[in-house]
Amino acid sequence: MTSVGTAEAAAPPVERARSHRIAEALLRFRELGILVALALVIGATAIKNPRFIEISSLQEILAGASIIGLLAIGQTLVIVTRNVDLSVGSVVGISAYATGVVFVHNQNISPVIVFLVAALIGLGWGIINGAIVTIARVPSLVVTLATLYIIRGIDATWAGGNQINASDLPDWFNKIGFGTFAGLPYLGIILIVATAMAWYWMRSFRTGRDFYAIGSNPEAARLAGIPVERRIFTTFALSGMIAGVAGALWLSYFGSVDAIAGTGYEFVVISAVVVGGVAIFGGSGSVIGAVLGAILLQTIASALPSANISSNWELAVQGGLLVGAIALDRLVSVRVAPALRTRRSGRGKA
Amino acid sequence: MARPETPAPQAAEAASPSPLREIVRRLARWETGLVLLFIGTLIFGANASPAFTQSTTFFFVGLNIGEVAIMALPLALIIITGEIDLSVASILGLSGVVLAELAGHGWPIQAAIVMALVVGAACGLFNGFLITRLGLPSLAVTIGTLALFRGIAQIILPNDTLAGLPASLTKIGVVPIPNTQIPYSIAIFGFLAIVVAIALHATPLGRSIFAIGLNREAAFFSGVRVKRIQLWLFVLSGVLSALAGVLFTFRFASARYDSGVGLELDVITACLLGGISIFGGRGTIFGVVLALAILGSLRQALTLENVSPQEQSIVVGGLLLLSVIVPSAGGVYRRTRAQVQAFRQRRRARGAPAQAPAAGEAAP
Repeated sequence: MTSVGTAEAAAPPVERARSHRIAEALLRFRELGILVALALVIGATAIKNPRFIEISSLQEILAGASIIGLLAIGQTLVIVTRNVDLSVGSVVGISAYATGVVFVHNQNISPVIVFLVAALIGLGWGIINGAIVTIARVPSLVVTLATLYIIRGIDATWAGGNQINASDLPDWFNKIGFGTFAGLPYLGIILIVATAMAWYWMRSFRTGRDFYAIGSNPEAARLAGIPVERRIFTTFALSGMIAGVAGALWLSYFGSVDAIAGTGYEFVVISAVVVGGVAIFGGSGSVIGAVLGAILLQTIASALPSANISSNWELAVQGGLLVGAIALDRLVSVRVAPALRTRRSGRGKA
Repeated sequence: MARPETPAPQAAEAASPSPLREIVRRLARWETGLVLLFIGTLIFGANASPAFTQSTTFFFVGLNIGEVAIMALPLALIIITGEIDLSVASILGLSGVVLAELAGHGWPIQAAIVMALVVGAACGLFNGFLITRLGLPSLAVTIGTLALFRGIAQIILPNDTLAGLPASLTKIGVVPIPNTQIPYSIAIFGFLAIVVAIALHATPLGRSIFAIGLNREAAFFSGVRVKRIQLWLFVLSGVLSALAGVLFTFRFASARYDSGVGLELDVITACLLGGISIFGGRGTIFGVVLALAILGSLRQALTLENVSPQEQSIVVGGLLLLSVIVPSAGGVYRRTRAQVQAFRQRRRARGAPAQAPAAGEAAP
């Protein structure tokens, strides 16, 4: 490995500059690639069914993508540090049901308290996940797989066969899921603001950079004095909290909740994140890419019925996209790796 | 993610031999704990319901755990090599759908079974190819194929249940082998378990599997064909998951695309509870068999207690958590002790007059 690196570093400067450019292009490729894919899906569907690009339809897609998009932000934090949080779907379910129960007890409750309850429920589960992962040093895959079923089991036991409907919810709450402001759905605005905040935080704050350092090389991060365990704990707590809030929004969007709310979301979210260019090995990827991935998946899901393809294809398409995306990442990284090494060593000399 | 990151320092810390500690360590095998847990489960079951002590219980426990047991064997090998396969339950669902669909189109049932197994092998080959030849992480690949295979099953058989398999065959899913209390699936599992146990614990192949899990690079440089072995393990996992799918379809005499959703929880729990290390390189088939016995009797006892499947998944999820937390307790203890010692030293150093006040804060 190192011998290859030094050989590349010794390459003449002209060649280095060229491979530098190739590396840059390939790194930028992902977000652009998703936008192109998005345009293709929308365009192809619109040709078959022009109503697909009406404003109301696009608004619906954005609102629908918002919940997956929010979860994708939390999942990005976790995956960047080389972990995974499989429990988000169950957290969405239990938080949505809890929010519904709060409203059944008191319709006039303050919005602040409702969202605080949802966030705290999610935060609680996030803390449990994070504590087990960091204190016992157990792979997050196993921990969150277990909590996925534990939380779902608690949710199902609690909810039983009950269903909470839109009539149990106050008007202002239902409006969050349906209303628009200046043409943008409220949910979309929430997503955009959250994405911008998370992007800026991960790009420019020390804690945010620490996540990338941990994901790139946990040992090196530890030796560099980064509190690895504390940072990983933070990502799980945040992922849980975001899932909690997303649960409340889920209820406002769908208007009713039962014991199976949010089942299988973990898979869609991970697909979105990986399709969005966040490396499953950790260490690279952006929140913006992940959210674009979520929008792409939601657009495809909405496009299937519009293009007269049965929605039964949705799961297979998403699974195929996830596998395709990691395979593509791998192929690109094999190509880019030498160029990247040149770039790094070039910078080191300058 | 399944790659080991911590074991190296742990192993170094553990090297502090003393004769008494050595005896305790020999007795405190994971399997000893499992035997105790199994006895505990049986006592719990006997107290829970008088039906638990009837002779038919063995049959029903076996019937309910049979498919999980068959899928747990190859997964145990895969986890020992340091990888994971989350797609087993989806392969089960897909092969069941293929079987019922082909039988419904007039294929002879034997041919349909072979086809279902071939589909399972193809699924396993797909996983294995992506993981070993493209070098993709098994976690991500099998999360993807978990959805992909289930999605293909959904495309083939969208919403309804396909029944109409010949009763002469489907009855082997619900009756014991004549004159015994042994379900067919458990008989198949027993045979496979013996074969796998011998292969793992008494052949060069088995040593290679452990070697891959302990140190992949070292195994590669000692001539172990790492990629080829792992590829075949994933194929084996696909075939046996498909076999489990055939038995599952026989048991319910019908196929649905969502058959066995979530069974991967039970399969993984059986492996990890059975003492297979999630970091790879450690574990026994005997432990997995014990864990399956515990899991099966526990579920049976809970069912007799009228505990719903959802509530049971809390218990099973808890078992999974415990089976990864307990082995790491030693590590937590050592780390905490080391931290406390470091803290004391720092305080002592700070107490000494010549030391700078913030010495403890800086990174080493």
